[in-house]
Amino acid sequence: MFKTFIAGILLGIAGAAAALYYVPVVNQSREHSLIVVHPNQGNTETFHINVPMDRILVGVPGQQEPLPVGLQWPEDVRFAGTRAELFKIRNGKDAVVGVASRLAASDDVSGDIIEWVFHFPSRGSAYVAMEAAPREEGYRIGELRTGTREFEPLTGIVTERWITDTSGLEDAPAGRIEIITAFEAKEMEGEE
Amino acid sequence: MKYLISLILGMVVGVAAFLALLYYNPMTAQNKLSPLSVSDNDVITFNFSAVATDTLVYTNDGESNVTPHPVKVLQLWEPTVRRTDAMATVLRDGRNQAAAIGIKFSSDSERTNILNSEAIVDSVWHIYVPGQGSLFIEQQENFWSYLREIVIPAHWSSANNWRGSWSGNTTSGPGALDTARVVGGSGVFAGLETGGVESLNAKAYAVEGGAVAMDGKLAIELPRSDEELTPDP
Repeated sequence: MFKTFIAGILLGIAGAAAALYYVPVVNQSREHSLIVVHPNQGNTETFHINVPMDRILVGVPGQQEPLPVGLQWPEDVRFAGTRAELFKIRNGKDAVVGVASRLAASDDVSGDIIEWVFHFPSRGSAYVAMEAAPREEGYRIGELRTGTREFEPLTGIVTERWITDTSGLEDAPAGRIEIITAFEAKEMEGEE
Repeated sequence: MKYLISLILGMVVGVAAFLALLYYNPMTAQNKLSPLSVSDNDVITFNFSAVATDTLVYTNDGESNVTPHPVKVLQLWEPTVRRTDAMATVLRDGRNQAAAIGIKFSSDSERTNILNSEAIVDSVWHIYVPGQGSLFIEQQENFWSYLREIVIPAHWSSANNWRGSWSGNTTSGPGALDTARVVGGSGVFAGLETGGVESLNAKAYAVEGGAVAMDGKLAIELPRSDEELTPDP
């Protein structure tokens, strides 16, 4: 019986080790990536943010109705020219796939800056610097500065555009921010 | 029958012994020395409170032990973002003056490996320093020591809390020296690629509500202007 007990101990140790090795502790939920591959032109992916439903934070000094309710945004004069926003971001099927931050600021050293960070938990993050002024067509273009995991080896551009909702539906959003990414692999050194 | 009971008892003891070995493993002590402390370069630091109610906004899935702040903030309940936290906070300089707005996204990482004492969180910071510029920070954080020395003892405590003094670096990569990757976006930081370290200093933690008294610090190395800007591999 003692030998059985010892065998049980060894079995328990081996079983616990095997379970911790083979069973993932974290398994992020994923949506299909809806990427359109263009011949010799990299690929594009379209995301959107429904406004106001997907807004988590609008950080601007002196708001009459802060979002979220109860937000106490710093009134420090240093942050007078800063607007910080947090959103949920959706894919082409209207499923939430990540979160995003948008910082718009202006100062003497940096000039006017508009930046996004897109964070997709199962894929990685992308850091994008936009042009300060929108194009005549109503969209703004930005450049992928750097990324993590899936986005680290990529380069390319991102566009943002406001699209007002015209559906007239009662529960429709006021509009959406459309984000289109056009990324391709970085060229390696020495590659033609 | 008695052999079966003996086998099951043995297995229970085996599992318990294995988990105890993982928990008390002395080889996984927290590294409390910042890799930046031996650097000749300037280091800028941003301090912040790691207590949710001290932030501008903190949100998660709404079911974690840390309550979102403010209470009516939109929660991240969708399956793809359920294991993600988002925080916006004021970062303070060494004189405790408001210096920057920092936004942090943290997601539980699939690289978490309990066998290696790794409770990994993938996180990114998006920071704007008025009058200086913007920064992006990518890091993996290992919260194993934090869990082992604060969170689990708090659950074991009859009062459901922990009090003491704990400090340690949470950053564990991607840099070879356990540093974060810092990329400058604009202003004086434009073109910057360097390393950074995030650390926590905890004094109190409650099972319900999370951190009660806890400060965070972000240290970012600024290479000298005569030094070539090369990222940590």
